[in-house]
Amino acid sequence: MKRMCDRPAVRMSALCLFVPLLVMLGAVLHGADGHAVDLDAVLAGISAAHPLGCDALGRDVLARLAEGLMLSLGVGAVVIGIGALLGISIGLAAGWFGGLVDSLLMRLADIVLSFPGILLAIALAAMLGPGVDKLVLALVAVGWVGFARLSRAQVMSLKHTPFVDAAVASGSGSVYIGIRHLLPNIAAPLLVEASFGLAAVIIGEAGLSFLGIGVQPPDASLGTMIREGTGLMLVSPLLVVWPGVVLFMLVMAVNLLGDALRDHLDVRGARS
Amino acid sequence: MLLRLVLLRLLQAVPTLLGVATLVFLMLHLVPGDPVDALLGEMALPADREALRHALNLDAPLWQQYVQFMAGLAGGDWGRSLLDQRPVLELIAERLPATARLAGASLLLALLLALPLGLWAARHAGRRQDMAAMGFSLLGVSIPNFWLGPMLMLLFSVGLGWLPVSGMDQPGSIVLPAITLGTALAAVLSRMARSSWLEAMSSDPIRTARAMGVGDTLLWWRHAGRMAAIPVLTMFALQLGAVLGGAVITETVFDWPGLGLLTIEAIQQRNYPLVQGCVLLIACFYVLANLAADVLAMWLDPRQRRI
Repeated sequence: MKRMCDRPAVRMSALCLFVPLLVMLGAVLHGADGHAVDLDAVLAGISAAHPLGCDALGRDVLARLAEGLMLSLGVGAVVIGIGALLGISIGLAAGWFGGLVDSLLMRLADIVLSFPGILLAIALAAMLGPGVDKLVLALVAVGWVGFARLSRAQVMSLKHTPFVDAAVASGSGSVYIGIRHLLPNIAAPLLVEASFGLAAVIIGEAGLSFLGIGVQPPDASLGTMIREGTGLMLVSPLLVVWPGVVLFMLVMAVNLLGDALRDHLDVRGARS
Repeated sequence: MLLRLVLLRLLQAVPTLLGVATLVFLMLHLVPGDPVDALLGEMALPADREALRHALNLDAPLWQQYVQFMAGLAGGDWGRSLLDQRPVLELIAERLPATARLAGASLLLALLLALPLGLWAARHAGRRQDMAAMGFSLLGVSIPNFWLGPMLMLLFSVGLGWLPVSGMDQPGSIVLPAITLGTALAAVLSRMARSSWLEAMSSDPIRTARAMGVGDTLLWWRHAGRMAAIPVLTMFALQLGAVLGGAVITETVFDWPGLGLLTIEAIQQRNYPLVQGCVLLIACFYVLANLAADVLAMWLDPRQRRI
Protein backbone atom coordinates (compact mmCIF):
# COMPACT_ATOMS: atom_id res chain seq x y z
CA MET A 1 0.00 0.00 0.00
CA LYS A 2 1.23 3.38 -1.04
CA ARG A 3 1.99 5.85 1.69
CA MET A 4 -0.46 8.75 1.83
CA CYS A 5 2.13 11.48 1.27
CA ASP A 6 3.62 9.66 -1.75
CA ARG A 7 0.47 10.19 -3.78
CA PRO A 8 0.70 12.79 -6.55
CA ALA A 9 -2.65 14.28 -5.47
CA VAL A 10 -1.21 15.05 -2.04
CA ARG A 11 1.77 16.81 -3.60
CA MET A 12 -0.54 18.81 -5.87
CA SER A 13 -2.70 19.63 -2.89
CA ALA A 14 0.31 20.93 -0.98
CA LEU A 15 1.25 23.01 -4.00
CA CYS A 16 -2.22 24.59 -4.11
CA LEU A 17 -2.19 25.15 -0.36
CA PHE A 18 1.00 27.13 -0.81
CA VAL A 19 -0.96 30.17 -2.10
CA PRO A 20 -3.31 30.55 0.91
CA LEU A 21 -0.40 29.88 3.27
CA LEU A 22 1.65 32.59 1.58
CA VAL A 23 -1.24 35.03 2.02
CA MET A 24 -1.53 34.22 5.72
CA LEU A 25 2.20 34.47 6.30
CA GLY A 26 2.44 37.69 4.31
CA ALA A 27 -0.42 39.27 6.24
CA VAL A 28 1.11 38.31 9.58
CA LEU A 29 4.53 39.70 8.61
CA HIS A 30 3.00 42.80 7.06
CA GLY A 31 0.75 43.40 10.03
CA ALA A 32 -1.68 45.86 8.38
CA ASP A 33 -5.24 46.30 9.66
CA GLY A 34 -7.83 45.15 7.12
CA HIS A 35 -10.43 47.54 8.54
CA ALA A 36 -8.37 50.72 8.56
CA VAL A 37 -9.84 53.11 5.98
CA ASP A 38 -7.26 55.33 4.27
CA LEU A 39 -8.83 57.67 1.75
CA ASP A 40 -5.41 58.67 0.39
CA ALA A 41 -4.83 55.09 -0.70
CA VAL A 42 -8.15 54.44 -2.52
CA LEU A 43 -7.56 51.80 -5.22
CA ALA A 44 -3.80 52.15 -4.70
CA GLY A 45 -1.65 49.77 -6.74
CA ILE A 46 0.96 47.34 -5.54
CA SER A 47 3.54 49.01 -3.29
CA ALA A 48 5.73 48.27 -0.32
CA ALA A 49 3.13 49.72 2.04
CA HIS A 50 0.34 47.66 0.46
CA PRO A 51 1.82 44.49 -1.15
CA LEU A 52 -1.45 43.68 -3.01
CA GLY A 53 -2.82 47.20 -3.27
CA CYS A 54 -5.90 48.73 -1.66
CA ASP A 55 -9.66 48.48 -2.24
CA ALA A 56 -12.23 51.23 -2.89
CA LEU A 57 -12.01 52.44 0.72
CA GLY A 58 -8.23 52.34 0.83
CA ARG A 59 -8.15 49.19 2.96
CA ASP A 60 -5.18 46.84 2.63
CA VAL A 61 -6.13 43.94 0.30
CA LEU A 62 -3.58 41.49 1.70
CA ALA A 63 -4.90 41.95 5.23
CA ARG A 64 -8.49 41.54 4.03
CA LEU A 65 -7.58 38.42 2.05
CA ALA A 66 -6.10 36.87 5.17
CA GLU A 67 -9.23 37.81 7.14
CA GLY A 68 -11.49 36.32 4.47
CA LEU A 69 -9.40 33.17 4.39
CA MET A 70 -9.66 32.76 8.16
CA LEU A 71 -13.39 33.23 7.89
CA SER A 72 -13.68 30.62 5.10
CA LEU A 73 -11.73 28.08 7.13
CA GLY A 74 -13.55 28.95 10.34
CA VAL A 75 -17.01 28.66 8.80
CA GLY A 76 -15.90 25.49 6.98
CA ALA A 77 -14.65 23.86 10.19
CA VAL A 78 -17.70 24.83 12.25
CA VAL A 79 -20.23 23.79 9.59
CA ILE A 80 -18.52 20.46 8.90
CA GLY A 81 -18.08 19.86 12.63
CA ILE A 82 -21.71 20.48 13.54
CA GLY A 83 -23.02 18.96 10.31
CA ALA A 84 -20.98 15.78 10.80
CA LEU A 85 -22.01 15.41 14.45
CA LEU A 86 -25.66 15.92 13.59
CA GLY A 87 -25.64 13.91 10.38
CA ILE A 88 -23.71 10.96 11.76
CA SER A 89 -25.96 10.76 14.84
CA ILE A 90 -29.04 10.85 12.64
CA GLY A 91 -27.59 8.33 10.19
CA LEU A 92 -26.52 5.95 12.98
CA ALA A 93 -29.97 6.15 14.58
CA ALA A 94 -31.79 5.68 11.26
CA GLY A 95 -29.63 2.76 10.15
CA TRP A 96 -29.59 1.03 13.54
CA PHE A 97 -33.22 1.33 14.57
CA GLY A 98 -34.76 1.17 11.09
CA GLY A 99 -38.55 1.23 10.83
CA LEU A 100 -40.46 4.44 11.37
CA VAL A 101 -37.48 6.43 12.71
CA ASP A 102 -35.57 5.52 9.59
CA SER A 103 -38.31 6.41 7.11
CA LEU A 104 -39.07 9.74 8.80
CA LEU A 105 -35.44 10.81 8.95
CA MET A 106 -34.74 9.75 5.39
CA ARG A 107 -37.83 11.55 4.03
CA LEU A 108 -36.46 14.66 5.72
CA ALA A 109 -33.14 14.09 3.98
CA ASP A 110 -34.95 13.63 0.64
CA ILE A 111 -36.70 16.96 1.09
CA VAL A 112 -33.43 18.77 1.78
CA LEU A 113 -31.92 17.10 -1.29
CA SER A 114 -34.81 18.34 -3.45
CA PHE A 115 -33.18 21.75 -3.68
CA PRO A 116 -30.39 21.91 -6.26
CA GLY A 117 -26.96 23.16 -5.19
CA ILE A 118 -26.93 25.84 -2.54
CA LEU A 119 -30.46 27.04 -3.33
CA LEU A 120 -31.85 25.90 0.03
CA ALA A 121 -28.98 27.57 1.89
CA ILE A 122 -29.60 30.74 -0.15
CA ALA A 123 -33.30 30.72 0.71
CA LEU A 124 -32.75 29.93 4.40
CA ALA A 125 -30.04 32.56 4.81
CA ALA A 126 -32.21 35.09 2.99
CA MET A 127 -35.09 34.47 5.39
CA LEU A 128 -32.95 34.34 8.52
CA GLY A 129 -31.29 37.62 7.66
CA PRO A 130 -27.62 38.64 7.37
CA GLY A 131 -24.85 37.55 9.72
CA VAL A 132 -22.22 34.84 10.05
CA ASP A 133 -24.22 32.87 12.64
CA LYS A 134 -27.20 32.64 10.29
CA LEU A 135 -24.92 31.73 7.42
CA VAL A 136 -23.54 28.84 9.48
CA LEU A 137 -27.06 27.75 10.41
CA ALA A 138 -28.18 27.76 6.75
CA LEU A 139 -25.14 25.76 5.63
CA VAL A 140 -25.53 23.23 8.47
CA ALA A 141 -29.20 22.77 7.55
CA VAL A 142 -28.02 21.56 4.14
CA GLY A 143 -24.71 19.97 5.15
CA TRP A 144 -25.86 17.25 7.56
CA VAL A 145 -27.65 15.25 4.86
CA GLY A 146 -24.54 13.83 3.17
CA PHE A 147 -23.22 12.50 6.48
CA ALA A 148 -26.61 11.10 7.49
CA ARG A 149 -27.19 9.16 4.27
CA LEU A 150 -23.66 7.84 4.13
CA SER A 151 -23.52 6.67 7.75
CA ARG A 152 -26.99 5.13 7.46
CA ALA A 153 -25.96 3.11 4.40
CA GLN A 154 -22.77 1.98 6.12
CA VAL A 155 -24.55 0.99 9.32
CA MET A 156 -27.10 -1.01 7.35
CA SER A 157 -24.28 -3.02 5.78
CA LEU A 158 -22.61 -3.66 9.15
CA LYS A 159 -25.74 -4.33 11.16
CA HIS A 160 -25.74 -8.09 10.73
CA THR A 161 -22.03 -8.80 10.85
CA PRO A 162 -20.77 -11.22 13.54
CA PHE A 163 -18.90 -8.61 15.57
CA VAL A 164 -22.02 -6.50 15.93
CA ASP A 165 -24.11 -9.57 16.79
CA ALA A 166 -21.50 -10.43 19.42
CA ALA A 167 -21.75 -6.95 20.92
CA VAL A 168 -25.53 -7.19 21.05
CA ALA A 169 -25.36 -10.68 22.57
CA SER A 170 -22.98 -9.50 25.28
CA GLY A 171 -25.56 -6.92 26.34
CA SER A 172 -24.05 -3.69 25.02
CA GLY A 173 -26.43 -0.75 24.67
CA SER A 174 -27.27 0.91 21.36
CA VAL A 175 -25.28 4.06 22.06
CA TYR A 176 -22.24 2.07 23.15
CA ILE A 177 -22.38 -0.12 20.02
CA GLY A 178 -22.79 2.95 17.86
CA ILE A 179 -19.79 4.77 19.24
CA ARG A 180 -17.50 1.90 20.12
CA HIS A 181 -18.17 -0.58 17.32
CA LEU A 182 -19.91 1.05 14.38
CA LEU A 183 -18.27 4.46 14.23
CA PRO A 184 -14.66 3.25 13.94
CA ASN A 185 -15.69 0.96 11.10
CA ILE A 186 -17.42 3.64 9.07
CA ALA A 187 -14.89 6.39 9.74
CA ALA A 188 -13.04 6.08 6.42
CA PRO A 189 -15.87 7.02 4.03
CA LEU A 190 -17.03 9.70 6.48
CA LEU A 191 -13.58 11.26 6.44
CA VAL A 192 -13.71 11.39 2.63
CA GLU A 193 -17.20 12.88 2.76
CA ALA A 194 -15.97 15.49 5.24
CA SER A 195 -13.15 16.60 2.96
CA PHE A 196 -15.39 17.00 -0.10
CA GLY A 197 -18.01 18.60 2.14
CA LEU A 198 -15.45 21.11 3.36
CA ALA A 199 -14.78 22.22 -0.22
CA ALA A 200 -18.52 22.61 -0.81
CA VAL A 201 -18.99 24.64 2.39
CA ILE A 202 -16.10 26.95 1.54
CA ILE A 203 -17.62 27.62 -1.90
CA GLY A 204 -21.06 27.93 -0.29
CA GLU A 205 -19.95 30.54 2.23
CA ALA A 206 -18.22 32.60 -0.46
CA GLY A 207 -21.23 32.19 -2.78
CA LEU A 208 -23.74 33.40 -0.20
CA SER A 209 -21.49 36.30 0.74
CA PHE A 210 -21.07 37.10 -2.96
CA LEU A 211 -24.86 37.34 -3.23
CA GLY A 212 -24.87 39.70 -0.26
CA ILE A 213 -26.74 37.39 2.11
CA GLY A 214 -23.84 36.09 4.19
CA VAL A 215 -21.01 38.10 5.68
CA GLN A 216 -21.81 41.81 5.83
CA PRO A 217 -19.49 44.81 5.44
CA PRO A 218 -17.14 45.89 6.86
CA ASP A 219 -16.13 42.26 7.57
CA ALA A 220 -14.11 40.64 4.82
CA SER A 221 -15.07 37.40 3.11
CA LEU A 222 -13.55 36.11 -0.12
CA GLY A 223 -17.07 36.18 -1.60
CA THR A 224 -17.78 39.82 -0.71
CA MET A 225 -14.32 40.76 -1.99
CA ILE A 226 -15.10 39.13 -5.35
CA ARG A 227 -18.39 41.01 -5.52
CA GLU A 228 -16.77 44.35 -4.72
CA GLY A 229 -13.99 43.61 -7.20
CA THR A 230 -16.48 42.77 -9.97
CA GLY A 231 -17.96 46.25 -9.69
CA LEU A 232 -14.52 47.85 -10.01
CA MET A 233 -13.27 45.64 -12.82
CA LEU A 234 -12.74 48.49 -15.27
CA VAL A 235 -10.74 50.56 -12.79
CA SER A 236 -8.81 48.02 -10.81
CA PRO A 237 -9.05 44.50 -12.28
CA LEU A 238 -6.68 42.94 -9.76
CA LEU A 239 -9.23 43.43 -6.97
CA VAL A 240 -11.37 40.61 -8.37
CA VAL A 241 -8.39 38.43 -9.28
CA TRP A 242 -6.79 38.10 -5.81
CA PRO A 243 -9.70 36.79 -3.73
CA GLY A 244 -10.67 34.39 -6.53
CA VAL A 245 -7.19 32.93 -6.84
CA VAL A 246 -6.98 32.37 -3.09
CA LEU A 247 -10.45 30.79 -2.94
CA PHE A 248 -9.83 28.63 -6.00
CA MET A 249 -6.48 27.35 -4.68
CA LEU A 250 -7.98 26.57 -1.28
CA VAL A 251 -10.86 24.63 -2.83
CA MET A 252 -8.52 22.78 -5.21
CA ALA A 253 -6.27 21.82 -2.30
CA VAL A 254 -9.19 20.45 -0.30
CA ASN A 255 -10.64 18.60 -3.31
CA LEU A 256 -7.28 17.03 -4.15
CA LEU A 257 -6.88 15.99 -0.55
CA GLY A 258 -10.31 14.38 -0.71
CA ASP A 259 -9.33 12.51 -3.89
CA ALA A 260 -6.14 11.29 -2.26
CA LEU A 261 -7.96 10.22 0.90
CA ARG A 262 -10.55 8.35 -1.14
CA ASP A 263 -7.90 6.46 -3.07
CA HIS A 264 -5.77 5.86 0.00
CA LEU A 265 -8.58 4.57 2.18
CA ASP A 266 -10.01 2.74 -0.83
CA VAL A 267 -13.48 4.15 -0.37
CA ARG A 268 -15.86 3.35 -3.19
CA GLY A 269 -19.05 5.18 -3.96
CA ALA A 270 -18.12 8.36 -2.12
CA ARG A 271 -18.73 11.64 -3.90
CA SER A 272 -16.47 12.16 -6.88
CA MET B 1 -44.81 -2.86 -17.11
CA LEU B 2 -42.69 0.23 -17.67
CA LEU B 3 -45.74 2.46 -17.48
CA ARG B 4 -46.67 1.01 -14.10
CA LEU B 5 -43.19 1.69 -12.80
CA VAL B 6 -43.29 5.26 -14.07
CA LEU B 7 -46.61 5.84 -12.34
CA LEU B 8 -45.23 4.31 -9.15
CA ARG B 9 -42.24 6.66 -9.25
CA LEU B 10 -44.56 9.60 -9.80
CA LEU B 11 -46.55 8.58 -6.76
CA GLN B 12 -43.36 8.28 -4.74
CA ALA B 13 -42.44 11.84 -5.70
CA VAL B 14 -45.70 13.20 -4.26
CA PRO B 15 -44.69 13.07 -0.56
CA THR B 16 -41.34 14.65 -1.41
CA LEU B 17 -43.05 17.49 -3.26
CA LEU B 18 -45.46 17.96 -0.35
CA GLY B 19 -42.50 18.10 2.02
CA VAL B 20 -40.76 20.65 -0.19
CA ALA B 21 -43.90 22.83 -0.25
CA THR B 22 -44.19 22.55 3.55
CA LEU B 23 -40.59 23.59 4.02
CA VAL B 24 -41.07 26.56 1.69
CA PHE B 25 -44.22 27.52 3.62
CA LEU B 26 -42.36 27.38 6.93
CA MET B 27 -39.56 29.57 5.55
CA LEU B 28 -41.61 32.72 6.00
CA HIS B 29 -41.84 31.88 9.69
CA LEU B 30 -38.05 31.71 9.92
CA VAL B 31 -37.83 35.47 9.54
CA PRO B 32 -36.65 36.54 12.99
CA GLY B 33 -39.26 38.42 14.99
CA ASP B 34 -42.18 39.58 12.90
CA PRO B 35 -41.91 39.67 9.08
CA VAL B 36 -44.15 42.74 9.15
CA ASP B 37 -41.63 44.54 11.36
CA ALA B 38 -38.82 43.41 9.06
CA LEU B 39 -40.64 44.89 6.06
CA LEU B 40 -42.17 48.07 7.42
CA GLY B 41 -39.94 48.91 10.36
CA GLU B 42 -41.23 49.39 13.88
CA MET B 43 -42.48 52.92 13.26
CA ALA B 44 -45.15 51.93 10.72
CA LEU B 45 -48.79 52.89 11.18
CA PRO B 46 -51.03 50.20 12.71
CA ALA B 47 -53.32 50.29 9.67
CA ASP B 48 -50.42 49.59 7.28
CA ARG B 49 -49.22 46.80 9.51
CA GLU B 50 -52.64 45.19 9.52
CA ALA B 51 -52.90 45.50 5.73
CA LEU B 52 -49.53 43.82 5.18
CA ARG B 53 -50.28 41.17 7.79
CA HIS B 54 -53.41 40.39 5.85
CA ALA B 55 -51.61 40.44 2.49
CA LEU B 56 -49.09 37.91 3.82
CA ASN B 57 -51.95 35.94 5.34
CA LEU B 58 -50.28 36.13 8.74
CA ASP B 59 -53.45 37.03 10.65
CA ALA B 60 -54.89 33.50 10.52
CA PRO B 61 -53.86 30.62 12.80
CA LEU B 62 -50.85 28.67 11.52
CA TRP B 63 -52.77 25.58 10.43
CA GLN B 64 -55.22 27.72 8.50
CA GLN B 65 -52.36 29.58 6.80
CA TYR B 66 -50.88 26.22 5.86
CA VAL B 67 -54.11 24.87 4.41
CA GLN B 68 -54.66 28.06 2.43
CA PHE B 69 -51.06 28.02 1.19
CA MET B 70 -51.32 24.44 -0.04
CA ALA B 71 -54.75 24.99 -1.55
CA GLY B 72 -53.41 28.07 -3.32
CA LEU B 73 -50.47 26.11 -4.75
CA ALA B 74 -52.78 23.41 -6.06
CA GLY B 75 -55.18 25.96 -7.51
CA GLY B 76 -52.49 27.95 -9.31
CA ASP B 77 -52.59 30.90 -6.89
CA TRP B 78 -49.01 31.21 -5.67
CA GLY B 79 -49.58 34.49 -3.88
CA ARG B 80 -48.83 38.05 -4.98
CA SER B 81 -45.65 40.05 -5.16
CA LEU B 82 -45.50 42.53 -2.27
CA LEU B 83 -44.01 45.18 -4.52
CA ASP B 84 -46.58 45.54 -7.27
CA GLN B 85 -49.32 43.10 -6.26
CA ARG B 86 -48.85 41.07 -9.43
CA PRO B 87 -49.36 37.30 -9.22
CA VAL B 88 -46.12 35.45 -8.44
CA LEU B 89 -46.71 32.90 -11.19
CA GLU B 90 -47.04 35.66 -13.78
CA LEU B 91 -43.72 37.20 -12.76
CA ILE B 92 -42.06 33.80 -12.88
CA ALA B 93 -43.53 33.02 -16.31
CA GLU B 94 -42.05 36.24 -17.68
CA ARG B 95 -38.56 35.22 -16.61
CA LEU B 96 -38.66 31.53 -17.51
CA PRO B 97 -37.77 31.85 -21.23
CA ALA B 98 -34.48 33.62 -20.46
CA THR B 99 -33.48 30.92 -17.98
CA ALA B 100 -34.52 28.18 -20.40
CA ARG B 101 -32.29 29.70 -23.09
CA LEU B 102 -29.32 29.96 -20.76
CA ALA B 103 -29.82 26.47 -19.32
CA GLY B 104 -30.24 24.97 -22.80
CA ALA B 105 -27.08 26.62 -24.11
CA SER B 106 -24.97 25.56 -21.14
CA LEU B 107 -26.26 21.98 -21.19
CA LEU B 108 -25.51 21.73 -24.91
CA LEU B 109 -22.06 23.16 -24.35
CA ALA B 110 -21.43 20.76 -21.47
CA LEU B 111 -22.49 17.78 -23.57
CA LEU B 112 -20.39 18.78 -26.59
CA LEU B 113 -17.35 19.29 -24.38
CA ALA B 114 -17.74 16.45 -21.91
CA LEU B 115 -18.42 13.48 -24.19
CA PRO B 116 -15.33 13.80 -26.43
CA LEU B 117 -13.20 14.69 -23.43
CA GLY B 118 -14.41 11.75 -21.35
CA LEU B 119 -13.96 9.34 -24.25
CA TRP B 120 -10.52 10.69 -25.05
CA ALA B 121 -9.51 10.28 -21.39
CA ALA B 122 -10.91 6.74 -21.31
CA ARG B 123 -9.06 5.72 -24.49
CA HIS B 124 -5.81 6.97 -23.00
CA ALA B 125 -6.54 5.82 -19.46
CA GLY B 126 -3.59 6.14 -17.12
CA ARG B 127 -1.55 8.14 -19.60
CA ARG B 128 -0.73 11.80 -19.93
CA GLN B 129 -3.83 12.64 -21.99
CA ASP B 130 -6.01 11.13 -19.26
CA MET B 131 -4.26 13.20 -16.61
CA ALA B 132 -4.80 16.34 -18.65
CA ALA B 133 -8.50 15.66 -19.20
CA MET B 134 -9.11 14.80 -15.57
CA GLY B 135 -7.07 17.82 -14.53
CA PHE B 136 -9.49 19.96 -16.51
CA SER B 137 -12.36 18.21 -14.82
CA LEU B 138 -10.90 18.92 -11.38
CA LEU B 139 -10.42 22.58 -12.33
CA GLY B 140 -14.03 22.74 -13.50
CA VAL B 141 -15.37 21.31 -10.26
CA SER B 142 -13.20 23.52 -8.06
CA ILE B 143 -13.64 26.87 -9.79
CA PRO B 144 -16.51 28.83 -8.22
CA ASN B 145 -18.86 30.14 -10.94
CA PHE B 146 -19.12 33.54 -9.26
CA TRP B 147 -15.40 33.95 -9.91
CA LEU B 148 -15.19 32.22 -13.31
CA GLY B 149 -17.84 34.63 -14.64
CA PRO B 150 -15.98 37.84 -13.71
CA MET B 151 -12.71 36.35 -14.98
CA LEU B 152 -14.24 35.55 -18.38
CA MET B 153 -15.74 39.03 -18.43
CA LEU B 154 -12.37 40.55 -17.62
CA LEU B 155 -10.67 38.63 -20.40
CA PHE B 156 -13.21 38.60 -23.23
CA SER B 157 -15.25 41.75 -22.60
CA VAL B 158 -12.98 44.21 -20.84
CA GLY B 159 -9.63 43.02 -22.20
CA LEU B 160 -10.32 41.81 -25.72
CA GLY B 161 -13.66 43.52 -26.25
CA TRP B 162 -15.08 40.51 -28.13
CA LEU B 163 -18.25 39.95 -26.15
CA PRO B 164 -20.75 42.09 -24.23
CA VAL B 165 -20.23 42.34 -20.47
CA SER B 166 -23.76 41.61 -19.32
CA GLY B 167 -27.47 41.64 -20.17
CA MET B 168 -28.96 39.56 -22.96
CA ASP B 169 -29.87 42.01 -25.70
CA GLN B 170 -26.73 41.93 -27.81
CA PRO B 171 -25.66 39.08 -30.08
CA GLY B 172 -23.15 36.86 -28.36
CA SER B 173 -24.27 37.89 -24.92
CA ILE B 174 -25.20 34.30 -24.09
CA VAL B 175 -21.67 32.98 -24.69
CA LEU B 176 -20.02 33.95 -21.40
CA PRO B 177 -22.96 33.03 -19.12
CA ALA B 178 -23.29 29.68 -20.92
CA ILE B 179 -19.59 28.92 -20.44
CA THR B 180 -19.76 29.97 -16.79
CA LEU B 181 -22.74 27.76 -16.08
CA GLY B 182 -21.65 24.90 -18.36
CA THR B 183 -18.10 24.41 -17.06
CA ALA B 184 -19.02 22.65 -13.83
CA LEU B 185 -21.56 20.49 -15.69
CA ALA B 186 -18.97 19.55 -18.30
CA ALA B 187 -16.50 18.66 -15.56
CA VAL B 188 -18.91 16.31 -13.79
CA LEU B 189 -20.18 14.82 -17.04
CA SER B 190 -16.72 14.13 -18.48
CA ARG B 191 -15.69 12.28 -15.33
CA MET B 192 -18.82 10.22 -15.57
CA ALA B 193 -18.28 9.49 -19.28
CA ARG B 194 -14.70 8.38 -18.64
CA SER B 195 -15.47 6.09 -15.73
CA SER B 196 -18.54 4.49 -17.29
CA TRP B 197 -16.72 3.84 -20.57
CA LEU B 198 -13.83 2.25 -18.70
CA GLU B 199 -16.21 0.16 -16.64
CA ALA B 200 -18.05 -0.97 -19.78
CA MET B 201 -14.78 -1.92 -21.47
CA SER B 202 -13.75 -4.16 -18.58
CA SER B 203 -17.15 -5.86 -18.32
CA ASP B 204 -17.75 -9.53 -19.17
CA PRO B 205 -19.78 -9.04 -22.38
CA ILE B 206 -17.11 -6.78 -23.85
CA ARG B 207 -14.35 -9.17 -22.86
CA THR B 208 -16.28 -12.00 -24.50
CA ALA B 209 -16.87 -9.96 -27.64
CA ARG B 210 -13.20 -9.12 -27.80
CA ALA B 211 -12.24 -12.78 -27.34
CA MET B 212 -14.55 -13.64 -30.23
CA GLY B 213 -12.65 -11.27 -32.46
CA VAL B 214 -14.85 -8.15 -32.60
CA GLY B 215 -12.78 -5.24 -33.87
CA ASP B 216 -11.58 -2.49 -31.60
CA THR B 217 -13.59 0.31 -33.22
CA LEU B 218 -16.84 -1.61 -33.18
CA LEU B 219 -16.17 -2.63 -29.59
CA TRP B 220 -15.53 0.93 -28.42
CA TRP B 221 -18.28 2.70 -30.22
CA ARG B 222 -21.10 0.27 -30.49
CA HIS B 223 -20.86 -2.25 -27.69
CA ALA B 224 -19.20 -0.28 -24.91
CA GLY B 225 -20.84 2.93 -26.12
CA ARG B 226 -24.29 1.52 -25.53
CA MET B 227 -23.43 0.39 -22.02
CA ALA B 228 -21.72 3.63 -21.09
CA ALA B 229 -24.54 5.75 -22.46
CA ILE B 230 -26.90 4.70 -19.65
CA PRO B 231 -25.10 6.33 -16.70
CA VAL B 232 -24.06 9.30 -18.83
CA LEU B 233 -27.60 10.01 -19.99
CA THR B 234 -28.94 9.55 -16.47
CA MET B 235 -26.36 11.98 -15.16
CA PHE B 236 -27.31 14.41 -17.91
CA ALA B 237 -30.97 14.28 -16.91
CA LEU B 238 -29.93 14.96 -13.30
CA GLN B 239 -27.95 17.99 -14.47
CA LEU B 240 -31.10 19.28 -16.14
CA GLY B 241 -32.41 20.15 -12.70
CA ALA B 242 -29.08 21.06 -11.11
CA VAL B 243 -28.42 23.70 -13.76
CA LEU B 244 -31.24 25.83 -12.34
CA GLY B 245 -29.48 25.97 -8.98
CA GLY B 246 -26.31 27.20 -10.66
CA ALA B 247 -28.32 29.70 -12.71
CA VAL B 248 -29.12 31.70 -9.55
CA ILE B 249 -25.50 32.79 -9.22
CA THR B 250 -24.61 32.91 -12.92
CA GLU B 251 -27.59 35.12 -13.76
CA THR B 252 -26.65 37.46 -10.92
CA VAL B 253 -23.08 37.76 -12.22
CA PHE B 254 -24.16 38.55 -15.78
CA ASP B 255 -27.35 40.43 -14.99
CA TRP B 256 -29.20 37.82 -17.08
CA PRO B 257 -32.93 38.51 -16.55
CA GLY B 258 -34.03 34.97 -15.73
CA LEU B 259 -35.55 33.09 -12.83
CA GLY B 260 -32.28 33.06 -10.86
CA LEU B 261 -31.90 36.82 -10.98
CA LEU B 262 -35.58 37.18 -10.07
CA THR B 263 -34.93 35.06 -6.95
CA ILE B 264 -32.03 37.24 -5.87
CA GLU B 265 -33.95 40.45 -6.61
CA ALA B 266 -36.85 39.15 -4.55
CA ILE B 267 -34.46 38.33 -1.69
CA GLN B 268 -32.95 41.81 -1.80
CA GLN B 269 -36.41 43.41 -1.78
CA ARG B 270 -37.57 41.03 0.98
CA ASN B 271 -40.42 40.15 -1.33
CA TYR B 272 -41.12 36.95 0.61
CA PRO B 273 -44.00 35.50 -1.47
CA LEU B 274 -41.90 35.86 -4.61
CA VAL B 275 -38.89 34.22 -2.93
CA GLN B 276 -41.13 31.33 -1.90
CA GLY B 277 -42.54 30.99 -5.41
CA CYS B 278 -39.15 30.98 -7.15
CA VAL B 279 -37.56 28.53 -4.72
CA LEU B 280 -40.56 26.22 -4.88
CA LEU B 281 -40.63 26.19 -8.67
CA ILE B 282 -36.90 25.44 -8.98
CA ALA B 283 -37.16 22.65 -6.40
CA CYS B 284 -40.21 21.12 -8.13
CA PHE B 285 -38.42 21.18 -11.44
CA TYR B 286 -35.40 19.53 -9.83
CA VAL B 287 -37.51 16.74 -8.33
CA LEU B 288 -39.19 16.13 -11.70
CA ALA B 289 -35.83 16.10 -13.50
CA ASN B 290 -34.60 13.47 -11.06
CA LEU B 291 -37.73 11.50 -11.75
CA ALA B 292 -37.10 11.79 -15.48
CA ALA B 293 -33.55 10.54 -14.92
CA ASP B 294 -34.91 7.49 -13.08
CA VAL B 295 -37.42 6.75 -15.80
CA LEU B 296 -34.80 7.20 -18.50
CA ALA B 297 -32.49 4.75 -16.74
CA MET B 298 -35.32 2.22 -16.44
CA TRP B 299 -36.17 2.60 -20.08
CA LEU B 300 -32.57 2.18 -21.24
CA ASP B 301 -31.60 -0.53 -18.80
CA PRO B 302 -34.16 -3.27 -18.12
CA ARG B 303 -32.13 -4.42 -15.09
CA GLN B 304 -33.26 -1.30 -13.25
CA ARG B 305 -36.92 -2.08 -13.74
CA ARG B 306 -37.07 -3.78 -10.37
CA ILE B 307 -39.18 -2.05 -7.79
